[in-house]
Amino acid sequence: MRYQLIGVNHKSAPLEVRERLAIPESRLPDTCRDLTSYPGIEEGMVISTCNRVEIVTHTTNGHADLRGFLHDHFHLDPDELDPHLYEFREKDAVRHLFRVAASLDSMVVGEAQILGQVKEAYATARAVGAVRGQLDQLFSRAFAVAKRVRSETAVGSSSVSIASVAVELAKKIFGTLQGKNVFIVGAGKMSELAARHLMAHGCGSIFVANRTYERAIGLAQKFDGQAIKFEDLYSTCDRADIVITSTGAPHAIFRREHGEQFLARRKNRPMFFIDIAVPRDVSPEMAKLDGIFAYDIDDLQQAVTTHVADRRKEAERAEAIIASEVEKFEARVHTLDVVPTIVSLQDHLETIRQAEIDRVRGRMGQLTPEQEIAIEALTRGIINKVMHTPITTLKTAAKESEATTVVDVVRRLFNLQVKAKDAERPATNKDEVGSRQ
Amino acid sequence: MSLLWLRFALGCYFIGLVYAFVALTRTSDLFSRIALHAASLGMVFHFVSITELFLSGQIVWASVHNGESLLAFLSMTFFMIIYVIYKTTSPGVVVFPVVFFLTFVAAVDQQPVLLTQFVSHKGWLIAHIMLIFTGYAALLVSFGASILYLLQERRLKAKKPTSLIAFLPALEVIDQIGYRSLLLGFPFMTLGLITGSVVAITAPTIGHVDFLDPKILLSVLMWAVYMVMVFTRWNSGWRGRRAAFLATFAFVAALAAWAANYFSAIHRFAAS
Repeated sequence: MRYQLIGVNHKSAPLEVRERLAIPESRLPDTCRDLTSYPGIEEGMVISTCNRVEIVTHTTNGHADLRGFLHDHFHLDPDELDPHLYEFREKDAVRHLFRVAASLDSMVVGEAQILGQVKEAYATARAVGAVRGQLDQLFSRAFAVAKRVRSETAVGSSSVSIASVAVELAKKIFGTLQGKNVFIVGAGKMSELAARHLMAHGCGSIFVANRTYERAIGLAQKFDGQAIKFEDLYSTCDRADIVITSTGAPHAIFRREHGEQFLARRKNRPMFFIDIAVPRDVSPEMAKLDGIFAYDIDDLQQAVTTHVADRRKEAERAEAIIASEVEKFEARVHTLDVVPTIVSLQDHLETIRQAEIDRVRGRMGQLTPEQEIAIEALTRGIINKVMHTPITTLKTAAKESEATTVVDVVRRLFNLQVKAKDAERPATNKDEVGSRQ
Repeated sequence: MSLLWLRFALGCYFIGLVYAFVALTRTSDLFSRIALHAASLGMVFHFVSITELFLSGQIVWASVHNGESLLAFLSMTFFMIIYVIYKTTSPGVVVFPVVFFLTFVAAVDQQPVLLTQFVSHKGWLIAHIMLIFTGYAALLVSFGASILYLLQERRLKAKKPTSLIAFLPALEVIDQIGYRSLLLGFPFMTLGLITGSVVAITAPTIGHVDFLDPKILLSVLMWAVYMVMVFTRWNSGWRGRRAAFLATFAFVAALAAWAANYFSAIHRFAAS
């Protein structure tokens, strides 16, 4: 577990700092190569998005100078950069990465984009060979954890912008938005955004009405829609299933009698009014009609707030999942750490046993097959009995923080240092080959 | 044996019943999957039970309990068709309790077969029963859908996002389920009533038919309400509150017409 991580995110650093650290996609491979050739770093990769820059590494001794790398690479003044940096090691680094991948560290908690960005960064680093066995293992786990968080909690399920809430509500009324028509009343930025969201979900035609007809034409052209004269509003409005209204009118422009007309002409098929005007364009009386669903800006905002609160609650459950996953990961890595030592210890003792048998064989003369078996069994039995406690101790130690110390002691006692390293190398290579296939 | 299978089915439907109550207060994907599997298993047992009855060679549905069992089975079939098309288990909220109740009553004991006087009209009788029951099942689903529509409409109007909103399908989907069941059920119900009348008038053993019999009056009333529902929906797209009101009315009329089996002279189940 010699993982080390350094970075800045939207919480730790203002945009000006993040901008200067941001690495364009085209330069990511080179940065990864630079990173792995930096002293003390075995493997490394860079995640660079608009909200964060993170450098994740596996180091030779757990104390690589990542700050130094950042200063050198970006030619930045340490005084300027350092206050915004956070740095994590070992377990904390693992936890941070799991949280990032699961979108718990995001500005909008639960947004799905970050996982894709981390995956891309991982693919880039892997392609240049900057990610091998250790980081591979860490990131595969991080992706699995992110998936688990997503499927076991509702952290990513609710919409958190007014436009997306409007889309979600429209879907709750109409099911599919395929072929539903949208009417924009009053051409404003916000209604344009909402309309764009609706169109992205498959809405059909768009109508635009505005006091200034030219602006209606302008907006209609953007959507390939149809501009309607404002005086024709009431006679055409019922053609739309969803009405986004945001005029600057001082009084409600949609009143009860209009709603009744629309419904009669539509044979009571429901209509959804997204009223983002202040003061409101849809009168509360009209909103009461069966079949008219009117949400004003406060209603939408409230839905957004509820969703954000829901997400926060779900995020707590997600944190619990992450905590348990970090423990599991740590245990696994430590077990893997002691495996080479156990193997070389076994090899070492087996070599001694064979050598001793060969040495005494000459003195014993011809042995019957039964005697051969007896000697084999006897020597093996002794070795296994002697080995039992050290191996159990190693395995137990693997689960605790003292693992490295115990491993060192065992290696030194049996003089295993060199052999253990040798045994480790081919194993890692084999892993790499295996996982790349 | 048939009764035993039916009781197994009842056990499975019980899970559906629990689901129906839980689903109203909280959403659980896992539970709705469990309920769905339990319901499917229940249908298998139920099917075996009905087949066994049928193979026994009598006019098997000619007892109230067997009829109830068949009706429950048809309603479940409707529920499953809706699930296949719309991928929603929410109509179960209404369908499961009714199915459970019908199966429960039917599984209590075996009744003697009673309508022996209609043996000469066996084909007509089977057609009558199947048609009417399909109509009933469709009406039940339609009634369920209008209740769900009302619930979902209220929630959307209240503007408080709750888990129920997430659980129920979109308003238009519920509306479609209800309307399609209604349209599908109407011809069945109509033909069912016609075949019933044919049997009643032409069966030699029954003699005089009293058209003021409560069973006949209630059936006609139910059919009339059914027709009004189809008409208002087709003509002016009535849905929501008004449609739910009509559907409730038709459903109550259907229940009354069913209950009339116990005191009417026409079906004479209880009397003979």
